Amino acid sequence: MQTPVQFRLNDEERAEFVDSGARLLGLLRDKVGVTSPKSGCQQGTCGCCTVLIDGAPYLSCLVLAETCAGKSIETVEGLAKGTAYHPLQLAFMEHFAAQCGYCTSGMLMAAKALLDRNANPTRADVIDAICGNVCRCTGYQPIIEAILAAAKRGVARTA
Amino acid sequence: MPLAVKTFDKLRDVASALGADAGARYLGGGTLLVRAVNEGDVGVTTLVRATDRGLREIRPSGLRTSLGAAVTMAEVAAHPDLRFLASVARSIGGPAIRNMATVGGNLFAPYPFGDFSVALIALGATVAVHSGASARDVPVEDFLGSTDRHNRTLVSGVAFRRPDAEKNFRFLKVSRTRPKGPSVLSIAAHLTMSGTRVSSARIAYGAMAPTAMRAKAVEAALTGKTLDEAGIAAALAVALNGCAPQTDAYASEWYRREVLPVHLRRLLLG
Repeated sequence: MQTPVQFRLNDEERAEFVDSGARLLGLLRDKVGVTSPKSGCQQGTCGCCTVLIDGAPYLSCLVLAETCAGKSIETVEGLAKGTAYHPLQLAFMEHFAAQCGYCTSGMLMAAKALLDRNANPTRADVIDAICGNVCRCTGYQPIIEAILAAAKRGVARTA
Repeated sequence: MPLAVKTFDKLRDVASALGADAGARYLGGGTLLVRAVNEGDVGVTTLVRATDRGLREIRPSGLRTSLGAAVTMAEVAAHPDLRFLASVARSIGGPAIRNMATVGGNLFAPYPFGDFSVALIALGATVAVHSGASARDVPVEDFLGSTDRHNRTLVSGVAFRRPDAEKNFRFLKVSRTRPKGPSVLSIAAHLTMSGTRVSSARIAYGAMAPTAMRAKAVEAALTGKTLDEAGIAAALAVALNGCAPQTDAYASEWYRREVLPVHLRRLLLG
């Protein structure tokens, strides 16, 4: 059985039919073609599939698609405005915060959730914000530095 | 095979749906159940959801507080009347998990998870268990050890008396990974003080037995004592009474026994 679901995705209205019990991650990647949320562990452990739902971070591998009706969903595809990268994306590049890149989408969205509500985070705030996102390449320090650098630029004022 | 999803407003309809279908499970935040489905648990065929607003309410009433089963860890951590529980809620997963994981779901979390339940035992909480149209309140430690704690049980919320003073509720969680990870162990203590002496204590452990447990020997040994090295010595001597920890990827049974008294001492000395 399929269920109609209407939601906002990166500021655009969308309407899709989803299979009963389908997860949001599958809807985004396989139906809508938004592939920045990655399928990692599917257990809620790695954070690669992190998206924002109504501004808060969620693990899209564990969210039923049909529960997103009426919600606003944000992914990395919505970060850049035209050709202008989001300050977090620029900071990740400048601080070498991505190596293999598999965790990067989740890291960016977890970081955006933090900076949207706390424009001046401490290092501890940043660590808490990304503590549900696993990175096996960087050792986390470049990611933490990038998020702090984006905050210093005033990401909340420019985003 | 696609999963069936059934959504009801009334709890009695949810209870009926759970009772009528052996493959039906109640869906809270999804951090346990959808994870199981993703892992290939073919025993789950139907997810049952409830939209009853009462499940999401935090209701302080005098010194007593009730939490709906669907209240999330993030909501607990942010609520001004629940500051004493904020460290417990924040110890559970990262921000995304805390936005999803619920108070009710934590009661069903398998070993070594379920740290919020440890706090609930220390608070002497009761669990509202629904079967059919009736509901009954069960002490949380009884609920955790009973056959009620199975997949088709419907829990609508928990209730407890708030500590008289924030500093009289203490919580500690030990993890291998920083800053967050599954428990090597956790300890919650609710102390009632009479001057400098403990007039009563409720102590609970996580990951020291198959489910969160109450440390009654420690409670008895603390009563009437002061919270200093001499006062807590008897409590530390019986700290492992009733414990049956397991060996898993996070710690061995031996290690958990070795470090529990160390952390209990730190918690009690503040």
